[in-house]
Amino acid sequence: MPAHDVLIIGAGLAGQRAALAAAGAGASVAIMSKVHPVRSHSNAAAGGINAALNVDDSWESHAFDTVKGSDYLGDQDAIEIMCREAPAEVLWLEHQGVTFHRNDEGKLGTRAFGGASAARTYYVADITGQALLHVLYEQLMKNYETVDRYEEWFVTAVVQDDAGEACGVIARNVRDGAMELFAAKSVILASGGAGQAFKPTTNALICTGDGIAQAYRIGAPLMDMEMIQYHPTTLAGNGILITEGARGEGAHLYNAQGERFMEKYAPNKLELASRDVVSRSEQTEINEGRGFPDGTVALDITKVPRKRTLEALREIVNIGRDFAGVDITREPIHIKPGCHYIMGGVKTDVWGETSIGGLYAAGEVACVSVHGGNRLGANSLLDTLIFGRRAGEHAARRAEGMSMPTPSESSLADEQAMIGAIVRRERGVGRRVSEIKDELGEMMNEKVAVFRDQAGLTEAHDIIHRLKDESRSAYIDDQGTIFNQDVLGAIELGYMLDCAEAIVMGALERKESRGAQFRLDFPKRNDDEWLKHINVSANGGDEPKISYSEVTMTQWEPQERTY
Amino acid sequence: MPEYTLKLRRYSPESGEAAYWEEFTADLDGHRSVLDGILQVRDREDGSIGIRCSCRAAICGSCGVSINGRAGLACHMHLDEAQKRADQNGGTITVEPMGNMPVLKDLIVDMDAVHWKKVQRVTPWLIPDGEPPEREYIVPKESMVDVTQTMACIQCGACVSHCLSMEVDPLFIGPAALAKAYRFVGDPRDGQHFERLKDLSEDPHGIYDCTHCFNCIEACPKGVAPMSQIMRLRRIAGSDHAIDDRNNGHRHENAFVKNIERNGLLHEADLLPDSYGGKFHPRAVPELLASLPVALKGLQRGKITPKKALLHGHKADQGVKDIFKRIHSLEDRYELNLYVTGKDEEQSGAKDNDDIVEGGQAHGTPSSSSEERSPNSV
Repeated sequence: MPAHDVLIIGAGLAGQRAALAAAGAGASVAIMSKVHPVRSHSNAAAGGINAALNVDDSWESHAFDTVKGSDYLGDQDAIEIMCREAPAEVLWLEHQGVTFHRNDEGKLGTRAFGGASAARTYYVADITGQALLHVLYEQLMKNYETVDRYEEWFVTAVVQDDAGEACGVIARNVRDGAMELFAAKSVILASGGAGQAFKPTTNALICTGDGIAQAYRIGAPLMDMEMIQYHPTTLAGNGILITEGARGEGAHLYNAQGERFMEKYAPNKLELASRDVVSRSEQTEINEGRGFPDGTVALDITKVPRKRTLEALREIVNIGRDFAGVDITREPIHIKPGCHYIMGGVKTDVWGETSIGGLYAAGEVACVSVHGGNRLGANSLLDTLIFGRRAGEHAARRAEGMSMPTPSESSLADEQAMIGAIVRRERGVGRRVSEIKDELGEMMNEKVAVFRDQAGLTEAHDIIHRLKDESRSAYIDDQGTIFNQDVLGAIELGYMLDCAEAIVMGALERKESRGAQFRLDFPKRNDDEWLKHINVSANGGDEPKISYSEVTMTQWEPQERTY
Repeated sequence: MPEYTLKLRRYSPESGEAAYWEEFTADLDGHRSVLDGILQVRDREDGSIGIRCSCRAAICGSCGVSINGRAGLACHMHLDEAQKRADQNGGTITVEPMGNMPVLKDLIVDMDAVHWKKVQRVTPWLIPDGEPPEREYIVPKESMVDVTQTMACIQCGACVSHCLSMEVDPLFIGPAALAKAYRFVGDPRDGQHFERLKDLSEDPHGIYDCTHCFNCIEACPKGVAPMSQIMRLRRIAGSDHAIDDRNNGHRHENAFVKNIERNGLLHEADLLPDSYGGKFHPRAVPELLASLPVALKGLQRGKITPKKALLHGHKADQGVKDIFKRIHSLEDRYELNLYVTGKDEEQSGAKDNDDIVEGGQAHGTPSSSSEERSPNSV
């Protein structure tokens, strides 16, 4: 069986960064992804990456903005690490070849972003994530001798040894359907978020919560799962993202009556308040009848000089034209809040270690927690790179002097049987997998969105239970082995249902409003009772267990949050 | 909701059967994409339809296919537009796998076997000189904007699918990989410009293997304009680094330009000897001898006449001379760039393209290549 010191699942920015770091530390490394690495969802991060790199900026300022943005739910030790290490990381990226925007002096130039007290977002036009991802992949191609790549391999389970430590994975080669057992001293999950549990979503079709569910199923607690970020500017219908960079460059928001409504909700930061604040403001306008008939408000990018738009926001010029039929340099575009990011995930420490020995998590799949209740724009790329690197380094150190585990072959047989059973399910008896997925997504977007309440969440909880039942007999059409995407879809549905359940349980449990969680029945933040993380853990076949963990405070006491 | 018939190319390697067409019906708004249509029929009717896809927003590059015979992203072509084009040609929207790459299943091709191998061929990573500086490399602002055009490539393979040169010479490095090469040659931080250019010039399947067919520019959904990048590689190799390649590519280009400057219209009989340094150049002799059979065949069939071959009646007129004068008088080579096109204050009614060609272009890059390139305007 293939064996590696460090096996990384997921090849977006967190995974690729972890691979390069682990290989750099001398470990034998493999990176595995269900899609080709450059197809990863890190591509979609358009606006940039935050770092206090300017001489007149400070990591403390960046950290405070992040803490405040998180609505004080972020762990301040982790946030300090992220913000302290950000400048060196951006320089490292620049040295690897990222074509960052320059100022007139030829030095790295910045743009403004939401929730930030200084312009500290470094960027490549509005394809920053894509540029980073492709440059890291260049480095993987360069390091082909030290990093093995398993491209288009789908992981079905993380394998544990008798002591409960992670010792490998079972994966299916998408190309030919072969199942294989991989041994690893450490496994790093870097397989992204779970946005596909919502419909619409800005997230790619591959964001189905695989890693979150895989860790959860073998006992790792999930943290802050109720914190789902709704991005303020997504297209109605298909959920496609319009970057926050647009507002960073000076675009305004208007309701149907032509009012610049952010003046009411965030008189200082206006459109550049935190995302949760802007999304709630928009949704309030829409709910109170001041939106457009299609349930949207308007984003006016014509405020930005046209040349600047063409140079710095080119991708959304294309998106406006191709996906909304609007020339954003000439007219406003209709947008609404849409599911975008999950702040929660597999609970980790600042080295990416989960509660399971040998299992790490980094990037959106993980919850360190640096984003707490609400992630700042341009902090997600940073999170993936900083904690991807730290996980890679730590996992490589762990591998030193450790002998290669030999995971049991019986787990491979179990997974083969699981897939065989799905393929053999009788067609037409239960529901189609795709039908259940649609119902889940639409339901989550209705009941677990910007505004939530006990009744809606309880209903959501019941529906998820029903869908879980239905998914056990849900059928597929493809019986083949080569590129059987159908059977993978059935497995992904199971992952999404696990994530959705944890999200709803967290949201039901948190009886207050903080960050992205706004409870109509508990509209105030309540630090006395709820300044703590909510963890959800699997409990065999029974209802998952809820537990709490402390929020780490270093230097910033909770304050009222205004923008 | 309007209905659209989608005729998909199906192929299941496990069945032992040949590829075949199958029709499905999608009911979706016309502004939804062909990918949305395919996903709808996959969800509702046949989950075994194979297509790679992920972002739905033309960023991830997964869903490269050929729609009505033209390569592009399935998520980037509206159903109504696809239908309009199909109407001109049979009436049904057809979707099939991309060309120049082996088909694995239905609409899925083997990109590793072709595309990624070629990308790997161009040493696709930055090779700076010496140790990196303490802070960032200081480089001209414009140079980063410039290479961003090639960074915009999402590796979807649409250009590879449509490359005519690759059809004839499967070893041709090809548009995507050469555009990637420009990303390093255009990057002032890279220390291997000459070595890269030398390598790509000397390779018989390198930069001089492109035949200027423009297909890659038309196919690219991101405005990367791979052919333009190849032409820039040639200019930098030949003019800036004086690389005289053994394929004679650079001299051939020069001979072409001089031939037109002299004659206004191409004088073909001069082109070949000029490409080798003139009729009496030692290197031209074997080439001329080698081309004799072709010339004789041409004479036999009347395609070449001694009069046409020896006496080229046409001379460059004033218009042609003016163009050359203007180009020669430019201080800098004018390079097309996707990311700097418009002006703050545009002239009323002027199209963006007008902004690009202002100042003239030294070489034949079509001004319409990247700006205003929509999925539906190709």
